[in-house]
Amino acid sequence: MDTVSLTINGKQIVTEKWKKILWAALDNGIFIPHLCAIEQRPLPFAACRLCFVEIEGRDEPVTSCTEEVSDGMVVYTRTESVLRLVRMGFEMIMSRHPVICKDCPANKNCALQEIAQQMGFKLKPKRLLQILPELPVDDSHPLFTYNPNLCVLCGQCIYVCNEVLKKEVLDFNFRGFMTRVGTFQDRPLADYGCDSCLKCVEVCPVGALSIK
Amino acid sequence: MEKTIRGRLEYLKTEALKDFKDKGSEAYGAIYVGTATCGRSAGSMEVFHAFEEALKNLDIKARTFHVGCHGHCYAEPMAVVSKPGWPPILYGYLTPNRAQSLIKRFFNEEDPALEWALGAMKDNDMIPTVYETPRWAMEQRFLLENCGAIDPENINHYIARGGYGGLAYTLEREASKVIDEIKSSGLRGLGGAGFDTWRKWDICRGNSESPKYVICNADEGDPGAFMDRTILESDPHAVIEGMIIAGVTIGAESGYVYVRKEYPLAVSIMRRAVCQARESGLLGENILGSRINFEIVINQGAGAFVCGEETALIASIEGKRGMPAPRPPYPAKRGLWGRPTLINNVKTLALIPKILIQGAENFASLGTDRCKGTAVFAMAGKIQDAGLVEVPFGTTLRGVIFDLGGGVPPVIKASNIPGEKPITTKKKFKAVQIGGPSGGCLPEAFLDTPICFDTIFDTGAIMGSGGMVILDEDNCAVETARYFLEFTQKESCGKCTFCRIGTKHMLDILTKITKGAGTMDDLDMLQELAETIRQGSLCNLGKTAPNPVMTTLEYFKDEYEAHIVEQRCPSLECKDLIAYYIVPEKCQRACDACVGSCPTEAIYTRRDRLKAIDQEKCVKCTNCMEACPPQYDAVIKVSPLSELPESKADEK
Ligand SMILES: Cc1cc2nc3c(=O)[nH]c(=O)nc-3n(C[C@H](O)[C@H](O)[C@H](O)COP(=O)(O)O)c2cc1C
Ligand code: FES
Repeated sequence: MDTVSLTINGKQIVTEKWKKILWAALDNGIFIPHLCAIEQRPLPFAACRLCFVEIEGRDEPVTSCTEEVSDGMVVYTRTESVLRLVRMGFEMIMSRHPVICKDCPANKNCALQEIAQQMGFKLKPKRLLQILPELPVDDSHPLFTYNPNLCVLCGQCIYVCNEVLKKEVLDFNFRGFMTRVGTFQDRPLADYGCDSCLKCVEVCPVGALSIK
Repeated sequence: MEKTIRGRLEYLKTEALKDFKDKGSEAYGAIYVGTATCGRSAGSMEVFHAFEEALKNLDIKARTFHVGCHGHCYAEPMAVVSKPGWPPILYGYLTPNRAQSLIKRFFNEEDPALEWALGAMKDNDMIPTVYETPRWAMEQRFLLENCGAIDPENINHYIARGGYGGLAYTLEREASKVIDEIKSSGLRGLGGAGFDTWRKWDICRGNSESPKYVICNADEGDPGAFMDRTILESDPHAVIEGMIIAGVTIGAESGYVYVRKEYPLAVSIMRRAVCQARESGLLGENILGSRINFEIVINQGAGAFVCGEETALIASIEGKRGMPAPRPPYPAKRGLWGRPTLINNVKTLALIPKILIQGAENFASLGTDRCKGTAVFAMAGKIQDAGLVEVPFGTTLRGVIFDLGGGVPPVIKASNIPGEKPITTKKKFKAVQIGGPSGGCLPEAFLDTPICFDTIFDTGAIMGSGGMVILDEDNCAVETARYFLEFTQKESCGKCTFCRIGTKHMLDILTKITKGAGTMDDLDMLQELAETIRQGSLCNLGKTAPNPVMTTLEYFKDEYEAHIVEQRCPSLECKDLIAYYIVPEKCQRACDACVGSCPTEAIYTRRDRLKAIDQEKCVKCTNCMEACPPQYDAVIKVSPLSELPESKADEK
């Protein structure tokens, strides 16, 4: 096995070549916030923009899910400029996510809660107003519920459904702030040939897809 | 048939030239009417038919041709009339009636109707040429040379003017020689980023994977930009030739033209041009007998701004949702269907054959050290002569806006007194938004900036694809920023957090400020959002979206403050902060012009017969201001609302 050695936050790490910084860090007990990354995915999706780190010699923070490790690389995960971006990115996500943990099916098993706790962030945004679209919940499927209001658009469910299992039930619909996950023409899930494999529910990092 | 590549092309050229002579355009004259999309919307098809009808009725044998766009949109419909014994003359502002009588006067009475002429197109002793006017004198037509001069639907026009010579040049040489030539021309991509074209080509050529692809980016999503459309509609073979040269050079056998569905004329002209090139043996298998193959597919995009971004464009061709992917890998390494892909803008590709034919030095002699050749701008907004201009890099913004574009037009209001001249009010230049919606808004202080990718970037704007919107004193900086951000915000693909949610917050704050409800803390938040969105977004749509806000915050901060602190819109544009008011001293009792113009019956007649506006009913449509005769000029706008003089309701 080809290995490389790098330091993250001063800690010496030996890891496989071609690995992305994010996974090298997580393997070694260093937390980097992330919502959209899937290690097996050949091309990182890089949508949540929470996994920023600073690499010595680079002008600006980079996303650790897209950046490969290399020998002698020096990485920092909590510099001022990283925190500025991650704090703002997280606050943006939380500005369109109702903080209703007690009633949420993912309570205590939620990536957002984990990020807030690990990073010392508040769940409720302080600087941004909340803009909650109040979209209808899709309860049509007998086994699971899809609540688009809780969705963070990480794309994980779409990836497993389309790219891994080739079922192509889910995709992104609409544009801009109104973008959301849905079926073709936004029809109810029950009408859409979903065969209830529940893989999407399994990968959902928040409470958007949940077992009934 | 000739055996060599050059010989085969020469044969095509001889045939092409014969096509004109046989049909008598030299002996009897010819009329070239600009019928690209812009001409058509000004009525050029009707003018074209009027010409044809007049020729038929008077039994004149001159030929008529559809040609592309001259770029002088302000003077559409336009036509060049070429009559034996006379220099070719360009006419503008034509109507079907004028076309009819022009034919009669010129062809039957030897009177060229010079009152409708813009000038002659060639030096002569009789008629001043168009090149004596500043617009034509300062322009340097390298890229747009053929636009308006040839029939885009007839390949012979292109070939007769030396077209496909660049392809023959390429087929006769090693690929590295072609790349060297492009390198010494200094050409940088005109899709916005200004990336060295030769470098991109060289990376693709060096990649040993196959197949490879060439993509022509004709998405042109910037609102107000239309140079790519003009080229596709006016000089399609230049784009096709550029793509074939690219394919031959990098070793690709297929190419895609990704063009937006909203350009139906461009699509149909390109389709026809592709067929004609194929029939002439210039495209398809065994090009000009070289045993080299190249095919072109026209792919229609659904008109999403983000699909102009190269990785989103590739996803869209693959049938996926147009969402950008992180780079690297760049398309040159891993593009369409995961293969090496060369993606260039329409203008970049159209320049390639011209550079190869006219020589790299020729091209490089134009422009500056870092930016060679010419830049093309689409000027719109508060500008006298809107349209396309092509100038060498290094020309100043002032030169483009004032010398070529004629500067900011005055507001002209017809007098209601018969026989009196209209009343003209001069307007002051305020700023230019350069680079489309993701560009920046630059005030007067930057007018002497020489145009180049790097100098423009340093100001906080971008070259983008060359959109230029000119603003005058009546345009509010905050509203301008809000307007452009609204566009990018809506066009965001929704993939990444900063662009999807961040720009929405910026938009909400800007909207709040234009309504007078902003706070000074909002300005800090705007700045913080702008900077983090610029750094944090996945693709350049998000990274550049804050530009209009950042530049206006920097150069027009006082206007933001006026909105926030005084609830005042200094340009009197933001509807929530202005009120219309009829100045009693100026109102001429007897005139009812304003009353009739009001859609909501907000204007009433006071007891003293002066007019006044019921602010409750007023919807601020500006009709009354426009209706009020200019010699009275009694309707004014006031801001803030507290400036509104007490209304005298008792006088109702
Ligand atoms: C949001 C966005 C929209 C874009 N739109 C276009 C476009 O309409 N046409 C274009 O040629 N390039 C566009 N680009 C730039 C392309 O990604 C790419 O850089 C360009 O096609 C490369 O061509 P060039 O090397 O000839 O400049 C856009 C980029 C972004 C981020
Ligand atoms: S984990 Fe890197 S962008 Fe989402």
